[in-house]
Amino acid sequence: MASPELLSAEGFRADGRRPAELRKVRARMGVFAQADGSAYIEQGNTKALAVVYGPHEIRGSRSKALPDRALVNCQYSLATFSTGERRRRPHGDRQAAELALNLRQTFEAAILTSLYPRSQIDIYVQILQADGGTYCAGVNAATLAVMDAGIPMQDFVCACSAGLADSTPLTDLSSAEEAAGGPTLLLALLPASGHIALLQLSARLHHERLEVALEAAGNACRALHALLDRVVRERLKQITAALGD
Amino acid sequence: QVWQIRLDLHLLNHDGNIIDAASIAGIVSLCHFRRPDVSVQGEDVTVYSPEERDPVPLSIHHMPICVSFAFFQQGTYVLVDPSEREECVMDGVLVIAMNKHREICTMQSSGGIMLVKDQVLRCSKIAAVKVAEITELIQKALQNDQKVRKEGGKFGFAESVPNQKITAFKMESTAVDTNNVEKQAEEIITKADPPTEVFAKPVLHTPGTAQIGEGIENSWGDLEESDKEEAAEGKEECEATAFEYQQMQSEGTSTMTETKDEPIVLSDSEEEEVVILEPQELPRKTR
Repeated sequence: MASPELLSAEGFRADGRRPAELRKVRARMGVFAQADGSAYIEQGNTKALAVVYGPHEIRGSRSKALPDRALVNCQYSLATFSTGERRRRPHGDRQAAELALNLRQTFEAAILTSLYPRSQIDIYVQILQADGGTYCAGVNAATLAVMDAGIPMQDFVCACSAGLADSTPLTDLSSAEEAAGGPTLLLALLPASGHIALLQLSARLHHERLEVALEAAGNACRALHALLDRVVRERLKQITAALGD
Repeated sequence: QVWQIRLDLHLLNHDGNIIDAASIAGIVSLCHFRRPDVSVQGEDVTVYSPEERDPVPLSIHHMPICVSFAFFQQGTYVLVDPSEREECVMDGVLVIAMNKHREICTMQSSGGIMLVKDQVLRCSKIAAVKVAEITELIQKALQNDQKVRKEGGKFGFAESVPNQKITAFKMESTAVDTNNVEKQAEEIITKADPPTEVFAKPVLHTPGTAQIGEGIENSWGDLEESDKEEAAEGKEECEATAFEYQQMQSEGTSTMTETKDEPIVLSDSEEEEVVILEPQELPRKTR
């Protein structure tokens, strides 16, 4: 199920990219001085901000404390100005709640929570501009923010979306491509082991095409991993240089 | 002007995997539904009542059916259609919705499980088989209902109650082959090691503290902080001095394996010392 606008005859997408090409990624860590960890990522026109506080003592009821590991608390919100039409509620609506739950489950599995028993790690993701792949940008930003906070993780969590135009897989869909109605596969991957932390598919995709789509999304996640890895290393160089002086 | 259709789902009994059941119920009810016939001539719209013209079914393009896969022990075990007990202990679930044309309508993983691509592909293959079976069952049921209605027989929810077809809280018994069980049991018994001696009798040291079995060295001092209150109360019954209490506090290391199975005392109390008026009283567990 594909519309002709997704892929032109020469093999270019609507914004001039090749099918397997990702949008330009710009990322920065340590954006805020007050928070324990923060990161800002731009994937094309999608802008996401993630802030991490923790690990700290459990706020609110102590009864929620887990005796052997840390509690991960996530909030996912889309800024009111992020979409074409002004959003009424930035967070608290059902979709944001579900995405926050997905974030929490993903990061609970990826962060080494057993090192911080009876404590809490807060991850707040804010989408400043939504142009397709908002959840993926959120996950990538959250990964960088958690690393900026110095919280040990099993591996990077890299997320990317993929779709299909007839039988050609497209990666990193923009909002126009997502709205076209074709299948959209959302994948969050731990690149070293290849484990899938989150898998979500909307709209119909033929069973045979699943492998192709998964493969494409997996490659895109690995490419993103290389990018994010470079960002982290540069940040580390920055910090050590500042400390050395 | 358009038709608006509303689907209300009521869950009567939860014995696991409500998503699958709800998806089947939903799609079957939509297939079964008939709306009044309409004729439009220019600006005039005539809606015929069911007596005037037979109601018309909805145009259903395809029937998506959900199949859930529960994962256990970091993906070692995969169970299709988990029951309620299995859901309570599962690591996470993968829901795949497919139709009989082998198109995946939607897929979602939740629960923080780490999947591998092969598992996902395998699950989708299993789902294809299950969905084909279920779709056939649905078609047969719908055809049956249509036939009964045409013939003028009794149909519907009320009719199925006395026959115990639906709303009957029972499960069919599965046949179990018990022919070779005795022989197998003998084999297992002869191969197995003799069971370890069970220490049923606890040794009472002082009121409030007992010991069952020899066990390893008494590591009360290594108890986690949360159990400090419990341990403190116990220790006081053993007439521990304040000095011993201080010593226990300094040994902050906790042995996770030991405290894992013990009940956890969750208390906001900042009390350093707990004084018991009656030594016979069991330590109070606060939630």
